[in-house]
Amino acid sequence: MATVTINGKTVEVPDGTNLVLAAEMAGQEIPHYCYHPGLSVAGNCRMCLVDIKAMSAKQPNAMPKLQIGCNTIVQDGMVVESNNPRVQEARQGVLEFLLINHPIDCPICDQAGECKLQEYYMDYGRYHSRFALEEKVDKGKVIPVGPDIMLDQERCILCTRCVRFLEEYTGTCELGLTERGDHAELTLATGKQVDNPYSTNIVDICPVGALTSREFRFRARVWYLDSTPSICAGCASGCNIDVDSREDRIFRLKPRANAAVNGYWMCDEGRRTWHRNQGEHRLTASYLRSADEFVETDAADVMARAAASLRSRSRTAVLASAATSLEEGYLARCIAQRLGAGPCLIVSPSTSSIPDDDKLISTDRYPNRAGLLALGYEEQLSPPSGVDSAIALRADIVADDETAWGSFLESMTETLVLADAVGKTMAYADHLLAIGSHFEAAGSFVNRDDRIQVFVPSVAAPGHALAGWQTLADLLAVLGGPRYASTDEVFAALCLAIGLGAGRTHSSVTSEGTPLASWKSGSGVKVAGNSPRIGTGSPASL
Amino acid sequence: MSEHVLLRYRDVSTDLRLIDNYIADGGYKTARRVIAEMAPDDVITTVKDANLRGRGGAGFPTGLKWSFLAKGTGKPVYLLCNADESEPGTFKDRDIMDHDPHQLLEGMMISAWAIGCIDAYIYIRGEFAYGAEVLETAIAEARAKGFLGKNIFGTSREMNIHVHRGAGAYICGEETGLIESLEGKRAHPRIKPPFPAVFGVFGCPTIVNNVETLACVKHILERGAAWFKGIGPEAGPGPKLYCVSGHVKKPGTYELPMGTPLMDLIFDHCGGMLPGRKLKAVIPGGSSVPILRAEECDIAMDFDSVVKAGSMLGSAGIIVMDDSTDMVAALRRIAHFYHHESCGQCTPCREGTGWLEKLLIRFDEGKATVEDITTLDTVAKGMLGTTICVLSDAAAMPVRSFLQKFPEEFEAATRRETVAA
Repeated sequence: MATVTINGKTVEVPDGTNLVLAAEMAGQEIPHYCYHPGLSVAGNCRMCLVDIKAMSAKQPNAMPKLQIGCNTIVQDGMVVESNNPRVQEARQGVLEFLLINHPIDCPICDQAGECKLQEYYMDYGRYHSRFALEEKVDKGKVIPVGPDIMLDQERCILCTRCVRFLEEYTGTCELGLTERGDHAELTLATGKQVDNPYSTNIVDICPVGALTSREFRFRARVWYLDSTPSICAGCASGCNIDVDSREDRIFRLKPRANAAVNGYWMCDEGRRTWHRNQGEHRLTASYLRSADEFVETDAADVMARAAASLRSRSRTAVLASAATSLEEGYLARCIAQRLGAGPCLIVSPSTSSIPDDDKLISTDRYPNRAGLLALGYEEQLSPPSGVDSAIALRADIVADDETAWGSFLESMTETLVLADAVGKTMAYADHLLAIGSHFEAAGSFVNRDDRIQVFVPSVAAPGHALAGWQTLADLLAVLGGPRYASTDEVFAALCLAIGLGAGRTHSSVTSEGTPLASWKSGSGVKVAGNSPRIGTGSPASL
Repeated sequence: MSEHVLLRYRDVSTDLRLIDNYIADGGYKTARRVIAEMAPDDVITTVKDANLRGRGGAGFPTGLKWSFLAKGTGKPVYLLCNADESEPGTFKDRDIMDHDPHQLLEGMMISAWAIGCIDAYIYIRGEFAYGAEVLETAIAEARAKGFLGKNIFGTSREMNIHVHRGAGAYICGEETGLIESLEGKRAHPRIKPPFPAVFGVFGCPTIVNNVETLACVKHILERGAAWFKGIGPEAGPGPKLYCVSGHVKKPGTYELPMGTPLMDLIFDHCGGMLPGRKLKAVIPGGSSVPILRAEECDIAMDFDSVVKAGSMLGSAGIIVMDDSTDMVAALRRIAHFYHHESCGQCTPCREGTGWLEKLLIRFDEGKATVEDITTLDTVAKGMLGTTICVLSDAAAMPVRSFLQKFPEEFEAATRRETVAA
């Protein structure tokens, strides 16, 4: 550990910390563009220049020149000023340099509102332009550089975050710099497209509006968007995300830093999972089968009838998708226990046509297989025997295998389907309950590294759909089981039930996610640190 | 100095490019002796004792630089000869390479021996096609004689020298830009630390020395540190190549003792100013250093004296200007060079070099306002000390010094009649 004083605030930081991060720990901001905690240090933007008043306790001499914070590693006894007049003058100079050739087209720029040029100008700039408009360097605009990425070379400040990401993370090197001086520009490598599975991360890390998402651009002003922390349900990795929405419509997903799970990144496929959440295919009401017709019916009524029907069967199977949350899975298991202790099965395949990579993509396209296994579910892709009724939970099993599951469900005397979207399995339902997606409810998943992570609703469920856990909790109560009033109550009960300790709530789960093993009572299990796939990151400013 | 040391080719009648002539003139004797008889540390001590300071521009003590090399890393050590000579007004290194390449090779062999280097590189600027050819031939000759390759001079020692041609960028003369370029990358200078002595080319400990510096090493080991120290000021002594260009009768490269008076150089060695002209100003160390007015030119040309006068010896590229010189036009041309050569990596340099030139075009074309004088000065000020390498400073220093030394010409320019572009 090293003790460092920044703007009079003394803080102890781990050895090897740079000044940008150390300042953050001291509650001070050192503005920066090119530095990103997930990438190597480039040191080119010169925005993080600071005044080092004492190098260390051993060498208390001041540095004659201003130094960049990103490439300065703290030393014990270091004294730094990041806001004195000398630093302010240099920083204002850098900002002015950055803006002289910038088009300043904020009114039509998608980055407006989350642009570091705008933000730092308001914080540290605020000068009048001394540069003649007609002398600006013209560069290329509206250049598609990949299926989802648009480049504006004039807005680019050449910080090389994107270049470094594509070199260091994906190793695909699609972008580079050409030309020199103020004619230097970000350029697509000959014959290439930025179309790797992680490409859109460069839009996130672009501090200005040079790289924009072709999907998101011109769709919404960011200041109208609400951002909700969540977990990606696109695969078993459980990348941490922010869901940006407005009026219950999702506009984009962005990775949220979690050093233990996804670092600072997420894959493009995961980024598109919100598409499933919107559209005509969503199930918005509950239905009863009457003769050969579905009749839209109040959910409570459907549930009461389904409960009555299930109660008169001898044994009910739960057929759950591995996208089922821990809470839903636990409640469904409680229901099965009351209905002849029927089997609880995970009916989603654990592999897919998408292979595992050594980064964030899992071949298992479901977010909670590990959680359901912890709850005692078994994996079985074929129909079970010895049951006369079934509850299909988020699983469109008929779409997976029409012959096997179709004839199985036909042989059931009661089939209750809980689904958030229209699917083939619905056709076999006696009772059909519309439930919300994971974007629309609170819950928790356990990822492939056995890490519990929680999420909260980002948007409201469409139409009359209710949260899945709520529907199952109501059903359990109707069947004579305990009544759970919140996801926290369900979570506490399930943790107790599977040996994860008493009194657990969603807020007991740490921001990095809690490894299951660390909650196993008296297990003494040594808990692994970060995911082996991402190395060590730091939850620092981006 | 009556006798030439570095420019010995001027004193002999034979062609020193040919190895047999070079050997007949006493060449490779020193390298053979040093490698057979001297411990590397003793070579470093001798160079330190000689107070040799780098001839590339910064004047950093060469022996001290060598002693910063990371030891015991298990990695190879590289010696890179910086032959990118691209500072405007500088043309001394090419004189050595074009006419006396073996002198450089011998200096490199001794230096490589001192720092434990097996493979050394000469990074030569692309425009020096002839010099590169001469060096390649010289290396082939030395290899044929057994002076390079395996078992050099009959010892068990291996040593190789490779020529690498640049593609003509000023920034490749900055030592970490040179390293990046040698690695096949864009010559973006590296952030320091780590310094090349710890993490240089291919991630290995690396020393980068200028051509003239390495040539001096040969003579120091041949004639001794005391001889070297006896030439010019003791704190930075030795024979020195001065490149004089501009409005003098006899421009060219002159080998003279370090500390030769500037006025002697101009009026004695170079034959004085062109007929009917008066000395107006001198840039003493290549276009990047502060300019001196005529009345400030009564100085000795050594590292410390020029600094005392408010400028720098730099690469000793002495640009002499007479009273016909339009300082605004001269500065515009200098600013154009740095604008063209900025690598574009750091914000202040990338944007500032272009801004400076655009402002100076305005002055030159009579479109500037009085406020533009302040703008010019503050833009330059914002470029000083704020970037990874010193190209930014190199672009800003002349601007600030021209404004400081010749304010009346810039003020007059704001009253010029507008010239059509």
